[in-house]
Amino acid sequence: MSNCFHCGADCGKKPIKFDDKNFCCNGCKTVYEILNASELNCYYDLEATPGTIPSEIKGKYNYLDNDEIAEKLLEFNDGETSVVEFYIPSIHCSSCIWVLENLNKLNEGITTSLVNFPKKTVRVTFKNKLTSLKAIAELNTSIGYEPYISLEDADSKNNKVDKTLIYQLSIAAFSFGNIMLLSFPEYFQVDGFWLEKYKYLFRWLMFLMVVPVVFYSAKDYFISAVKGLRHKILNIDVPISLGISVLFIRSTVEILLDIGTGFFDSLAGLVFFLLLGKFFQQRTYNFLSFERDYKSYFPIAVTKIVNGEEKNIPVKDIEKGDRLLIRNEELIPVDGILINGNAALDYSFVTGESIPVSKNSGDKLFAGGKQTSGAIEMEVINTISQSYLTQLWSNDVFNNSEDITIKNLTDTISKYFTIAILLIAFVAGIAWYFINPSMAFNVVTAVLIIACPCALALSAPFAFGNILRIFGYKKFYLKNAETIENISKIDTIIFDKTGTITSNDKTQIHYKGVNLSSEELIAVKTILRSSNHPLSRSLYSYIVEKPFEEKPEEFKEILGKGVQAVINNSKLKLGSASFLNVESNSLNETAIHIQINNKYKGCYIFNNSYREGTKEVFNILAENYNLIILSGDNDGEKPYLEKLLPKKTQFQFNQKPEDKLTFIESRQKKGEHVLMIGDGLNDAGALAQSNVGIAISEDVNVFSPACDAILDAHEFEKLPVFFKLSKKTIRVIKASFVFSFLYNIIGMYFALTGQLTPVVAAILMPLSSISIVVFVTILTNWISKKL
Amino acid sequence: MEVVYITIGVSIIVAVFFFIVFLKSVKSGQYEDTYTPSVRMLFDDELVKDEKEGSKEPEKAKENQQTNNKN
Repeated sequence: MSNCFHCGADCGKKPIKFDDKNFCCNGCKTVYEILNASELNCYYDLEATPGTIPSEIKGKYNYLDNDEIAEKLLEFNDGETSVVEFYIPSIHCSSCIWVLENLNKLNEGITTSLVNFPKKTVRVTFKNKLTSLKAIAELNTSIGYEPYISLEDADSKNNKVDKTLIYQLSIAAFSFGNIMLLSFPEYFQVDGFWLEKYKYLFRWLMFLMVVPVVFYSAKDYFISAVKGLRHKILNIDVPISLGISVLFIRSTVEILLDIGTGFFDSLAGLVFFLLLGKFFQQRTYNFLSFERDYKSYFPIAVTKIVNGEEKNIPVKDIEKGDRLLIRNEELIPVDGILINGNAALDYSFVTGESIPVSKNSGDKLFAGGKQTSGAIEMEVINTISQSYLTQLWSNDVFNNSEDITIKNLTDTISKYFTIAILLIAFVAGIAWYFINPSMAFNVVTAVLIIACPCALALSAPFAFGNILRIFGYKKFYLKNAETIENISKIDTIIFDKTGTITSNDKTQIHYKGVNLSSEELIAVKTILRSSNHPLSRSLYSYIVEKPFEEKPEEFKEILGKGVQAVINNSKLKLGSASFLNVESNSLNETAIHIQINNKYKGCYIFNNSYREGTKEVFNILAENYNLIILSGDNDGEKPYLEKLLPKKTQFQFNQKPEDKLTFIESRQKKGEHVLMIGDGLNDAGALAQSNVGIAISEDVNVFSPACDAILDAHEFEKLPVFFKLSKKTIRVIKASFVFSFLYNIIGMYFALTGQLTPVVAAILMPLSSISIVVFVTILTNWISKKL
Repeated sequence: MEVVYITIGVSIIVAVFFFIVFLKSVKSGQYEDTYTPSVRMLFDDELVKDEKEGSKEPEKAKENQQTNNKN
């Protein structure tokens, strides 16, 4: 037994020998040859077996010669040099970085290539005269790094990372540090004489530094407060902005009139801590995207047949009546009718079902399927935006921007908080007006300053930020902090069936019919060896007997139907029920029927296997939630599911993508908070409509539809724990609210008695913020210990 | 004590200078990919050897170095 030198796969019995090394296939050997010829074999020293089997190129990238398409992909082009960024999913180790950054050794036209490992991209700069986009894409593919080019690349270019928050935060940090230093002398009042002389310099320097903090770093709080007020919501940003403005105005008045030093350090500190919380709450996963729609799956171009000639056109230009050529492994971008060839379509992107569906000429093909057996020709009946699947995206859910009226926990509390603060300030102002009118202004501003809910505003971001990180380590990736809060409110959980509670890779097989002798089994296996159909392959690995060495005679594979062959003088026919002319006892099953010497023997039935722990997960969830199965499939497995799952689980079968969406809408109208768990593009509408949409994915690097969270399929069993933790996090935040109110009460004592000096504020404010942060961090770590 | 004006002035100018340098480095995208450069810097040796190349010997040496690096 030997392993491939290039990709590490098992070479089987007959490895391809080259240069004293074993290879599993010709593809791997070719990559080795290419790299060896350019003295790039260091590739194999950096990591053992770093390669991936290259896929076939044959005409795949012809469309990159179309200038219109190429122009959309290029980031920069001045006629001589061009820059392109390819997304290459197979980047996985340091050898990959090395070889991709040495592309210039393989193609003279390439000037530089730069890999971004976390994002799995390579940015290539090349000379237009010496090479072309197509040549580079083909070069990458030929060494096993196939670039992934989709319709999305053509639409959105250069969506740069927003760095505003980093700038705001760094300005606040800079000013906070410097202002603190400058304000120290007056706090300690060491030497009366020289302090008197220089305090004006210090004060005005502080003023200069605080101006950008108020007007740049803190501007989002003002904007959000104004927006909130316009919608008649008192969100947390209202008291914050009030506090910031009062701090700024009072401090400026103090230094103008030479009353005191002002609260510039507290002001800069406050903004710094608030922004720090905001920054901490942001968690971006470079390798994930939560915004994908069908465009990330669909190709950018297709081959159109015009008068017998092949022509590459952008997908957007497809018109009704066009003839399209779909090659093996290509995706069908529009609805159409099959004209020529045998279609075996893998709709796993759409439905999660990975077993290909066979179609005959004249059948209708829906967009989203991946052709898996040879090339086909089809005639277009719907353009891309009108296709059955893509129509879904014209629904309003996909166009709704962030809803500003969504109330989160902090905002709910801040409503009462703000009203209370304003009342206290008002009453205190009147009271002091009668006691000592000169103090009234002081007290009112002091109340507003001390009430600025810094600690309150910090507890949620730090608690959520920490939980987000902990979930991320456990492979449950959330889009943002609000998702945790939304999960904690859920009362109904809806599951998709195929691909969500069933797993794609493990298919359960069982045999029904006359028992086969071991010799017959061997014969069946030998024939299956010659077939490339996915079902044949899974059955081949299911049968344990060793196949014959000799090849079957008269082997014939009828695509989409089955295979027949003669082996050891017995005639075998394997395939679908219609191929063998037998009555299929149930239409809903996927099965391979077997006929030996014209006698029907029986069939192998392929059942979807449910994920490990499905039963337990449902049993635990059933205690607290309504559970619903919402499937696009027929109800063939309903009896089994009813046995497996808790009694109160409801079932909805034969749901079209739009039906799923409207179903969720109707439940929401009843006042339910719905969480949807799905995986395919057909769930996209449901995921968008639900309060929380979770996409489940076998491999998180591969695509998943737009959603609020992505869960690694292997962590499916932990789902109830994640839900429970989200609820506990909310409790932690509530506890920290109580904690921060205590600080406010202490501060209020100083404010109401007119004793709030800058020193008190300078101690109380950071102390409360830091202790709250420590408090929530320790508690959230503690509650997630068991995860 | 007039020197305070100068010292404070200088300290603030130095602070602002470093602050601007920091902002520039953020803007240039220096912090966007913090992983790849850490791997890339280890490659420089291999590139030089490759250019020299020719016989099998340097390759052996390279391999030895590799194992040393790993240790």
